[in-house]
Amino acid sequence: MADLVSVQLTINGQRREGRCEPRKLLVDFVREDLGLTGTHVGCEHGVCGACTVLVNGLAARSCLMLAVQANGTELVTVEGLMKDGKLHPLQQAFHEHHGLQCGFCTPGMLLAALDFLNTNPSPTEKEIRQGLSAVLCRCTGYQGIVRAVEAAAIVLRDAR
Amino acid sequence: MPEPGAAPSLIGAPVKRREDQRLLTGRGRFVADLLRPGMVHAAFLRSPHAHARILRIDATAATFGPGGVAVFTADDLRPHARPLRALSRMRGYAVTEMPALASDKARYAGEAVAAVLAESRYAAEDAVDRIVVDYAPLPAASDPRTAMADGSPLVHEEIKTNVILSRAFSQGDVTAALAGSAVRVADRFRFRRHAAVAIENRAGLAEWDAGAGALTLWTSTQVPGMLREALADLLLLPAHRVRVVAPDVGGGFGMKSALYPEEVAVCALARLLGRPVKWIGDRREDLLTSTQAWDEDIEAELGLDGDGRILGLRASVWADLGAYSIYPWTASIEAIQVVSFLPGPYRVPHYHAEAWGVATNKAPMGPYRGVGRPVSTFVMEGLIDRAARRLGMDPAALRLANLIRPDELPYRSPSGLVWDSGAFIETLERACDAVDYARLRAAPPRDAAARRRTGIGIASYVELTGVGSAIPASPGADIATGTEGATVRVDPAGTVTAAFGLACHGQGHETTLAQIIAQEVGVELDAVRVVHGDTEAGPIGTGTYASRSAVIGGGAAILASRAVRDKALLIAAHRLEVDPRDLEMAGGVAWVRGAPDRRIPLSDIARTAYFGVRRLPKDMEPGLEATRYYDPYIGTAANATHIALVEVDLDLCSVTLARYVIVEDAGRIINPLIVEGQAIGGVAQGLGAALLEEVVYSDDGQPLTGSLMDYVIPTAVEMPLVEVMHVEQPSPSTLGGFKGVGEGGTIGAPAAIANAVANALAPLGVEITELPITPERLFRLLDRRREPAVECAP
Repeated sequence: MADLVSVQLTINGQRREGRCEPRKLLVDFVREDLGLTGTHVGCEHGVCGACTVLVNGLAARSCLMLAVQANGTELVTVEGLMKDGKLHPLQQAFHEHHGLQCGFCTPGMLLAALDFLNTNPSPTEKEIRQGLSAVLCRCTGYQGIVRAVEAAAIVLRDAR
Repeated sequence: MPEPGAAPSLIGAPVKRREDQRLLTGRGRFVADLLRPGMVHAAFLRSPHAHARILRIDATAATFGPGGVAVFTADDLRPHARPLRALSRMRGYAVTEMPALASDKARYAGEAVAAVLAESRYAAEDAVDRIVVDYAPLPAASDPRTAMADGSPLVHEEIKTNVILSRAFSQGDVTAALAGSAVRVADRFRFRRHAAVAIENRAGLAEWDAGAGALTLWTSTQVPGMLREALADLLLLPAHRVRVVAPDVGGGFGMKSALYPEEVAVCALARLLGRPVKWIGDRREDLLTSTQAWDEDIEAELGLDGDGRILGLRASVWADLGAYSIYPWTASIEAIQVVSFLPGPYRVPHYHAEAWGVATNKAPMGPYRGVGRPVSTFVMEGLIDRAARRLGMDPAALRLANLIRPDELPYRSPSGLVWDSGAFIETLERACDAVDYARLRAAPPRDAAARRRTGIGIASYVELTGVGSAIPASPGADIATGTEGATVRVDPAGTVTAAFGLACHGQGHETTLAQIIAQEVGVELDAVRVVHGDTEAGPIGTGTYASRSAVIGGGAAILASRAVRDKALLIAAHRLEVDPRDLEMAGGVAWVRGAPDRRIPLSDIARTAYFGVRRLPKDMEPGLEATRYYDPYIGTAANATHIALVEVDLDLCSVTLARYVIVEDAGRIINPLIVEGQAIGGVAQGLGAALLEEVVYSDDGQPLTGSLMDYVIPTAVEMPLVEVMHVEQPSPSTLGGFKGVGEGGTIGAPAAIANAVANALAPLGVEITELPITPERLFRLLDRRREPAVECAP
């Protein structure tokens, strides 16, 4: 076993630190070393998107990153979406439009949608589908998710 | 004080889900999220060969490694765990034994051969790589029709054949009927192998409490009750000391309704080691070993008279069962459902179908949403469209001439199943109206040289949901699937806990069952908490599968709720000194009808029941709870018509869905949001089956679709907007009038899409006989198409 390496980062606004092997995946570090199990592992080969987090504001597949690559970065995971006990507009919209069933892809879907709306605040339905195509959902058929992102886009625009 | 108004019923309301809060905020508890003190991590060494004798396992290099590693093989587990044997009373079925770890032979690539335990998953996998196994590879059986022949490699030598199942269904004289038919259409259909691909991979965490002599297994399963009985038997433990918990489960789709060898292994290892054992499957393991489905080769023929009335239907079905008969359903479940449902919602006076289930060196076949019915619908609906083309009849009109009419219900199908209800004609007519079918059909045909062609495809089907004790969910299998129980308990604070043996994995039971209970007891929705998925908490049951929870769980919920309500009203009446028939109860308060100031809250009634027992009616037993079981006996038929509009690009060899419409008879709807979500989710999997997804094995049994780059499931881009409409007719057969709605999407969608593509390509003389219609397959079809002598009517 290789020597452990220190990893320091800011996650959901909090400074955190851990020590892990250089080969440890970021998603495993977040889940095990930092105890934030909201981010899920679905494939470990960068296709399903359940592991999606924001790294320095941009969506990243945390199963394709090593924890050491995240040293010194700012991470946002699903646990960081609520503010002051209130659901983020995306979370609220998923709830209102039945955008989840089993919930396993949902954290990844929320972060991917957040990243997408940051880049395209007024999307068409087609653009939303393309923007979300990086995350696989097996339960919903995506319709509730698309409706939720449409609704959240409006709320987020109005809030600006 | 004003009388509380009549609130709209919670049953039927689009209530937002109670489950959402934890799942949206990353606070779900899936197996991978669970920690137990002293826990170790498991990884499995898996056979790289499809078929091989295991001569020697050398773990020396593996055991001397960092992270404290232990290696276990079949010899270590044998004293602690019996092999899985899925039993069936069905004639023509042979039992196979599935061990937790392969011992003398590996029978499919990916079968677990050794288990490694270490302090971390990383260390466990390092150790797996250091184990050396001597295999003697054997020839593999990879095609079911070939594997039936003498001299084929035998997957299970002791049964002396690879034919695990053979069965026939017959009604009337199909040979004579076909001989007397004016039109006969026949084809060979191939529905290729598919995988459920739940986004959460399978996982299990077992803990042995040596002090209590008790085992707990947390596992990503749909069937905790079934697993509890099975594990007690296989592990030689008393059942009352075995607890199985399905925490949050990330999708199941039928695939998680079997007992898997890894679940047995982690339990046995936890006992052996005296430490909790956690195994989290990865996607590679899922695609290698989770049960696969819908893999049938079917030759079928339909005969009709000159007016388009069906006279006879004949079929031969070969099902590729993989290496083992899974527990508890048995390998027969797929093939039997294909031949049971093949006649569909039509009048088929003469029918003969034979099915063979053949073992091959592949991962085992198991139930996946729709079980056999996606395949039978693809075949029958494909034959109907072929007949329509031959007769020069409109496909919708041909269906209308043969669909069972409401005045013919209840109707006994040729396979012996009974349709108690159904809106077969109504769903077809309304679906056609919704797409303006007459106008689409009347539109001038595309130019023969057009490189983009449009097509319309119809699929009508019927299925049996909420099946009770009259018919086992898997005929002949040694399991009872016809009942479920509900325990409804009011606590002294007036809140209600309702416990079930069901195990929700995305269907929203915590919401829908709460809607029923709140409505039936007479409390606010938030006063009800639904508990499921834990054999310790609920009544005896099996779990959630086969579109049964709304019917059977809902029925039990109604019975238990009414018992609680009746008792509460008796207590209230006694306290208020009125006749119980003069009372109303809603929103957690009972009041005298017409005199609402004479009232008593449910919390007060409950406190009386538990702590104020001297104020109870004479001889009334204290407490305010009820456990009731429900058996719907036959269950109830559900049906739908799907219509798909596609565009086929002949240059890209691509198929795009332009529009998709469903009209379904879903019985009395509990929550329209959830019903719609089930339909659309099912359509997505059906679309994947029709156009994208195929589990591919080489001729020597090597899996070629080992990642999500190869086994491609739909993204948001591939899905059209799906319009779902309902015929809201309560079932005449079930308490509550509910029907099951979980599987309709996958049953109808492959057929509707296949028929739409065939419709688009008919002028080119191309038939669709094989799914998925991948771009490569479409290219080959177009490349070798027959040039029609006469342009066929689309």
